[in-house]
Amino acid sequence: MRPAFSADAMRLAIPALSLTVLLAAVFWLQPRAMSYVGLNLLFNLAVPIALATIAQMLIIAVNDLDLSMGTFVSFVACVTATFLRDAPLLGTLILAGAVLVYAVLGVVIHLRDLPSIVVSLGMSFVWGGLAVLLLPAPGGQAPDWARALMTTKPPLAPIAIVASIVIALGAHLLVMRSSLGVLIRGVGGNERSVERAGWSVLAARAAAYGLAGFFAVLAGIALVGLTTSADANIALRYTLLSIAGVILGGGEFIGGRVSPVGAVIGALTLTLAGSFLSFLRISPDWQIGAQGVILIIVLALRLFLNRVEKREKGQ
Amino acid sequence: MTGEKLKAIVEVTDAKVSFGAVKALDGVTLAILPGECLGLVGHNGAGKSTIVSVINGGLTPHQGIISGDGEVLTRYGINAARARGVRCVFQELSLCPNLTVVENTRIMHRHLGGFGWRKRAKEVIERSLAAVFPGHGIASDRSVGELSIAERQMVEIAMAFSDAGVAPRLVILDEPTSSLDASLAEQMLTYVRRFIAAGGSVIFISHILNEILTTASRIVVMKDGRIVADRPAGDWTERGLVEATGSVVKGEAHRGAVRDLAAAPVVVEQGGSGMPFHAKRGELVGLAGLAGHGQTRMLMKLHAAQSSDWLPRRDPAVTFVAGDRRLNGVFELWSILKNLSIGSLGDLASRGMVNAAAEAERSAEWKRRIDIRTQDLANRILSLSGGNQQKVLFARALSTRAPVVLMDDPMRGIDVGTKQEVYEIVRQQAVGGRTFVWYSTEMEEVCLCDRVYVFREGAIVAELAGDAVSEENILAASFRGAAA
Repeated sequence: MRPAFSADAMRLAIPALSLTVLLAAVFWLQPRAMSYVGLNLLFNLAVPIALATIAQMLIIAVNDLDLSMGTFVSFVACVTATFLRDAPLLGTLILAGAVLVYAVLGVVIHLRDLPSIVVSLGMSFVWGGLAVLLLPAPGGQAPDWARALMTTKPPLAPIAIVASIVIALGAHLLVMRSSLGVLIRGVGGNERSVERAGWSVLAARAAAYGLAGFFAVLAGIALVGLTTSADANIALRYTLLSIAGVILGGGEFIGGRVSPVGAVIGALTLTLAGSFLSFLRISPDWQIGAQGVILIIVLALRLFLNRVEKREKGQ
Repeated sequence: MTGEKLKAIVEVTDAKVSFGAVKALDGVTLAILPGECLGLVGHNGAGKSTIVSVINGGLTPHQGIISGDGEVLTRYGINAARARGVRCVFQELSLCPNLTVVENTRIMHRHLGGFGWRKRAKEVIERSLAAVFPGHGIASDRSVGELSIAERQMVEIAMAFSDAGVAPRLVILDEPTSSLDASLAEQMLTYVRRFIAAGGSVIFISHILNEILTTASRIVVMKDGRIVADRPAGDWTERGLVEATGSVVKGEAHRGAVRDLAAAPVVVEQGGSGMPFHAKRGELVGLAGLAGHGQTRMLMKLHAAQSSDWLPRRDPAVTFVAGDRRLNGVFELWSILKNLSIGSLGDLASRGMVNAAAEAERSAEWKRRIDIRTQDLANRILSLSGGNQQKVLFARALSTRAPVVLMDDPMRGIDVGTKQEVYEIVRQQAVGGRTFVWYSTEMEEVCLCDRVYVFREGAIVAELAGDAVSEENILAASFRGAAA
């Protein structure tokens, strides 16, 4: 007997449902948000978060966790607002080097069998320190092209929506459809079996980390494109937001079970939750706590549906 | 035949492998010729898995030569082995549970890449599944984690025989039928015979000696890292094999005399969609039927009904021996001692503190009683062979005070000698008043029980007691529903 929906579809159903409910609630509270400009305002900060979430998802796909995501995105933002604008070549080299460092971290973690949490926690201080060195005080300016990209006005849908869809599709192709994506998820699912088939797990892990670094760099550039200037602490929240986004989007911490489309939806949901609470006129003091409550409700819903699914399967 | 001597597909000469002080392989010479099925028999820890690792390239011997098709291979590794068509089905299931069957095929066949690989991989695996297990009913777009354990094993076997560019020439099957029921095992063995007739070779490792005797053309017996006997299969008998492996022949496993349990009190009961279940004090109750027909779920239900979700009971009512060691059996990072004592920490503690001396004493006693083969109980649990790990799980359950022991096919992939030892312990404990509810996929074990419930499609369809417990009756009951 086959269930009517595959497990992957079920995995996506809950994040999609929570986003829809939240969006409906926002429109009900504030009908003016139901416009081109309104949607863009609601979601434009979601674009860098979505990119950071994809980066985190790649790390989670190989059963690791990156606690340096926030400081790394901050560091990239600082590089973008300074070097990438003033000396594009040097800026590009720095960012390429940073991606390379990520890949090397993957190699070191694999070779020395280190816990990724410890390594990335240590790296978070390195990135944070470098960011402060670059921009001791908030400042810098976004490169014009980044600014232009983040403020274009495509027909039909605002850039925030278009960008989210592009990110989701791109990541889906890369992680779910390509051979490399299968290999990366295979490492998360059963490392030994991948090894026995003659693959280099080392290379797979390095690729996952390198790609994560690449997406995190995109996140930093997108963020500066929106905010026009940078600061060393600009994206500290991204560490936890990206992890929450992956889990909210149907991913799991171990076992290589991840969903890129879900991760983007998770990032959108997290952004929207903030706006929703503002529309409810909840004081900012309570907002973080209230965001936590929304997170718990969504995750509880997911556990509940998992259980229902399991029961149906059993019968 | 042309009379020309056939060249071995893979030949290992004088291979030595040691892990620390343990000599896993002590000068093994083995050649596998095209068109032969080599049966490999021996205790857990006799070196079977090690020689398999050497042949499939996963392990480089510390000494010795590997050659293939008449030439010496100096740089032999996993990829060199795969390129020569050497494939392996491992004892523990080794697919990625988060990937679909098709994606797993992609992982197994490195050269399947490029645009449109999904379609090619689907063709490859579906062709092979249909050839090995006709009428399998496994959709290749399902993720492996959703499949039952038998279906996973089917996929894995089909994967080894699949052909995506490099045709399989030597397939190593390490306990391939441990999760398959009789009809599926027969389908597989039929395919193995066809594969050999077509010129392929197979190394077949199984603890079910009958399978080896009927399938293999040559049988090699290993003991303590050496080959102790190597003869054509026709020269062997089941008894001869057991003797050669070094187990003491204790004869057929016989059920104890039919005991009168009519007066014994009922200790567990469970209703359900089929016939009601009950077990009496001191009784050995078997759960039989084809694999995956609700036996494990029954055990889980019994366990859940007898234990609290919130606080452990002062006097545990049931204890559980897991079959899937990796999934719900051992704590991989813990020592043997900790793995053993976790079940009865409540008894070993006073005022919330574990009494280390009592813990060590009780564990040492169980080590002696069921002969766990290790120098030091402080060693990691994974340093033990599979059979000994399972013994630790038995000791964990038996050292509690629980009057009912639930066993979920715990003998999967365990050697004959260990099995006999465990049977004896179970029998003693049953006489002592313990109740055992025992799910097993092996007929011999089910036939040891006082009473047997046969499962079909999630429900009990028959109850057999006393002399009615026989292979024939159980099979008849298992298939009765299917015929109707």
